[in-house]
Amino acid sequence: MRKLLLLTTVILVGLIFIARLFYLQIYNNTAYDIFEDSAIRKVYNYPKRGYVYDRNGKLLVANQPSYDVMVIPMEVEPLDSLALNEFCYLLKITREDYANKLRRATNYSPRLPSPFVPQLSKTDYAVLQEKMRKYIGFYIQKRSLRSYQTTIGANVLGDIGEVNRGIIAMQPYYTLGDLIGKQGVEKTYENTLRGVKGIKFIQKDRFNKNIGPYKEGVYDTLPKPGKDITITIDSKLQAYGELLMKNKRGGIVAIDPSSGEILAMITGPSYDPNLLVGRNRSKNFSALFRDSIANPTFDRGLQAMYPPGSPFKTLNALIALQEDVLSTEDRVSCSMGYRYGNRKMGCHAHSSPVNMNSGIYQSCNAYFATAYRKIIDKYDSPAEGMDNWSQHIKSFGLGNYLNNDLAVGQPGKIPTADTYNRAYGENKWYTTFTISNSIGQGEVLATPIQLANMAAAIGNRGYYYTPHIIKDIEEDTIPSSYKTPIYTTIDKRHFEPVVQGMYDVYNKGTAQSLQINGIEICGKTGTAENFAIIDSTKTQLTDHSIFVAFAPKDNPKIAIAVFVENGYFGSRFAGKMASLMIEYYLKGEITRTDMENFVLRYSLEHEYKKPYSGEPFGINRQTILDPIDEAEFQNLLKLKAEIPKS
Amino acid sequence: MLRENQRRFKFDWIIIILFLVLVGFGYLNILSASHVGEVTNYFDTSQLYGKQLIFVGLTFILIVFILSFEAKFYERFASLIYLVAILALIGLFIFGKDVNGARSWYGIGSMTIQPSEFAKFATALAVAKYISDLQTNMKTLKDQLRLAALIILPALLILLQNDAGSTIVYLAFFFVFYREGIQQIYLVIALSLIILAVLALKFGILISALVVLFIVFLSYFSRKKKRRSILQYLAILIVCIGFSYGVKLFYEHVLKPHQQNRISLWLRLEKDPAKLEKMKKEEAYNLIQSEQAISSGRWTGKGFLQGTRTTGKFVPEQETDYIFSTVGEEWGFWGSTFVVLLFVTLIIRILYLAESQKSLFSRVYGYGVASILFIHFTINTGMVMGLIPTVGIPLPFFSYGGSGLWGFTILLFIFVKLDSNKINEW
Repeated sequence: MRKLLLLTTVILVGLIFIARLFYLQIYNNTAYDIFEDSAIRKVYNYPKRGYVYDRNGKLLVANQPSYDVMVIPMEVEPLDSLALNEFCYLLKITREDYANKLRRATNYSPRLPSPFVPQLSKTDYAVLQEKMRKYIGFYIQKRSLRSYQTTIGANVLGDIGEVNRGIIAMQPYYTLGDLIGKQGVEKTYENTLRGVKGIKFIQKDRFNKNIGPYKEGVYDTLPKPGKDITITIDSKLQAYGELLMKNKRGGIVAIDPSSGEILAMITGPSYDPNLLVGRNRSKNFSALFRDSIANPTFDRGLQAMYPPGSPFKTLNALIALQEDVLSTEDRVSCSMGYRYGNRKMGCHAHSSPVNMNSGIYQSCNAYFATAYRKIIDKYDSPAEGMDNWSQHIKSFGLGNYLNNDLAVGQPGKIPTADTYNRAYGENKWYTTFTISNSIGQGEVLATPIQLANMAAAIGNRGYYYTPHIIKDIEEDTIPSSYKTPIYTTIDKRHFEPVVQGMYDVYNKGTAQSLQINGIEICGKTGTAENFAIIDSTKTQLTDHSIFVAFAPKDNPKIAIAVFVENGYFGSRFAGKMASLMIEYYLKGEITRTDMENFVLRYSLEHEYKKPYSGEPFGINRQTILDPIDEAEFQNLLKLKAEIPKS
Repeated sequence: MLRENQRRFKFDWIIIILFLVLVGFGYLNILSASHVGEVTNYFDTSQLYGKQLIFVGLTFILIVFILSFEAKFYERFASLIYLVAILALIGLFIFGKDVNGARSWYGIGSMTIQPSEFAKFATALAVAKYISDLQTNMKTLKDQLRLAALIILPALLILLQNDAGSTIVYLAFFFVFYREGIQQIYLVIALSLIILAVLALKFGILISALVVLFIVFLSYFSRKKKRRSILQYLAILIVCIGFSYGVKLFYEHVLKPHQQNRISLWLRLEKDPAKLEKMKKEEAYNLIQSEQAISSGRWTGKGFLQGTRTTGKFVPEQETDYIFSTVGEEWGFWGSTFVVLLFVTLIIRILYLAESQKSLFSRVYGYGVASILFIHFTINTGMVMGLIPTVGIPLPFFSYGGSGLWGFTILLFIFVKLDSNKINEW
């Protein structure tokens, strides 16, 4: 027995050791990751970020170098008081900042680099670079920041900023301090624009000295430069649109119907994209983001869902033709409204009875209520009719996301039978419950880009291309889905009468005053009622001004939707702006300077203040147009004169 | 010629092959742990790997030398060798050289020699000699005390030179004594004291006292017939509590702060996270680096000379005490397991051969060799893997250093020689 004590102990120890090795090396271990290996220094080499050009080849976004001071907390050696003061002085931070930043970096990871002071100015960098070797654990990382060659299109171009930890967790390509597209095309084309950063693996020793390349550099990679992109935006049209939107809130989206290319995408109010470059980015961005009243980071062209109002009537006309419930010559009489049961939907004064053509250009509510009822009631149940109607409407790209390459978007809303089943109960509702849909109110919501796309589909007589912003990628092609037409459920032959009706809106209808010499524009005015909750009571505010148009009438080159918040009737602001945009795009100059002067001169800021001032106010007819002062007006004219030169 | 051949083949080739593999593999890992940049000259004596290569070369001369003596020589001169070793240890107090706070080296020119490495085999010889004496009876207290003195003398000298690690090695002889017939009660006491010490440190004296009380009760009531007197049980209880208290006092007042910290980290005594962090930074840096290096090796390791932590010299003292972490990183689980198995096989082989010796001297010596190698292997590898508190002793045949390598070589090959002679023993 005594012989066995040492023998068994030896065997036992051997087994325990092998078990321990298994635990350390296999069980309690994730796969070896060189990026987690603190013995290997990773040196990144950031490539040039791709440039952004407009459709005419004008450079919109380029780069400028930037220098970040990075820290690897584990490697930091405490600085003596003198050195610390100097370091803080060079970085323009306080000693408290120093301690806080270091603590934050340590909390994130003691081993991985974190940005310590991002985006130094060139002069700061020059001074600091000399002394950098004194501050062990810190180094300077060169990156490239954006340099905007323009002051327009902040919502289109977007910006880049430091990647957040959530993204790093999901996309291991990024490391803390990397820049990533945050909004606009910078976000949607991030992978194209950014290229691939190069990396060098350097073996270091425990004193943090570089010994040499790891495995003779077999894993090292060179940076791949980002690709340049050309976007579909016409920067002059964009600039002009932003000018027209000055002192107003709303959105404009202009599309080339023959390709789905977005020519301009304006939101008001907007801001200078240069605000979001460099060290002040986060400060400026929070200021913009926190402005919940003017809300400049909210892209009203893409994100704002409004009831589309009268332009929506054109779709009901098309569906009525397609469903064969109404011919173009059928007449409907209207005496200030449409009566159903003991209720009435009002209309304005116009000649009666109306056929389809005059129904459209006079925007007769009774006509479209009749058409709508016939569409729905063609089927055995309102539910069936409603679903069929909904399908037609949705084929115009309404009621759903457009699935395109824009960073933001909203689906809008198109009701189905289900919507009403849920509200009233199955079989407990009738067509008349939903009659507001006939005139683009009720349960219908759409964004300006959806309305512009709708106009493009009408202009194309039955199809559209998904509205998109990419025109060309360097050494690459754009997705084929943007080149495939999407057909609506309406046959081509039904479009002509509706297009004619929209043409007559300009000829003899609600947009008669907006005609442009030499351009056949088809359009439709709209006005959407506007309610807000003020002090917990539902209060009506001045209507939103809406206009949808395309031009020329045949083979349209531009389709546009304009939405001006609190702009009152459609032709007051939105119609004028749409017509001016069309003229500017097609002719390159403005002949209707009277319209232009009107749009530029009148501000709606006083309208937007009404809900907040606490004073009693009048709406719609009782509003007074508020001109801006002459100097500001002259300044806007000067800005307009500079557009072609820029 | 024929006689020469016969003699040669009597050596146990399994041990010799295991030895060669260990030394060879050890050298490769030292090369890996100590090289800087490209290795241009393997004999570059300004580099540790170059020196080690020379040490290994000299080892073969040493082996030939050891084997060329008559086997009886070692038995006859065991006492003298022991005496020389003790004198060498005493001489350190006068002529020794301080390295890292331990006065364990003689400096001869640029070379240093560490006599404690040689004292091990000398003590093993002396113990074998004493036990194999016909007059000796392992059951008597007198002989037990004398044997203890044989061990305590070098151990104490080494402790006084501030080399606590090497002192612990002398505990190995407990296995030898046990094998050779000291009373069972010593094993029971030894195990009880270890458990009691851990209990006292980890859970405090009260808990350890309660545990002892419980066991005493249990043994009292389980024996219905031959019950000892209550006083006896009481005495055991008091001794145990006294011991627990002593351990606590020893830990708190005798141990140096860094030794306290090592034990505290091992038993996870510190609960305050801030203090624990500080302690880890000060004391466990080596250990953390070593564990990380081993862990990063995974199944197959990063490859010879490819370990990032080894190349970057992240593990301090990696070529000496922490050499096993190089194996872990560069050769992975398979390589490390291979080394563990090499040691286990070597020790078992020695034990097997020791048991088969006809001469008591050879058997006791063989047991001593196995025990010393076992303690070294267990403490060193266990420490590098984080199973045992940090104790600075080398891994036999692996760790860098001439004295260590030679000390273990002499230790092992004296046994090889004794073993080769067993047919001549009657």
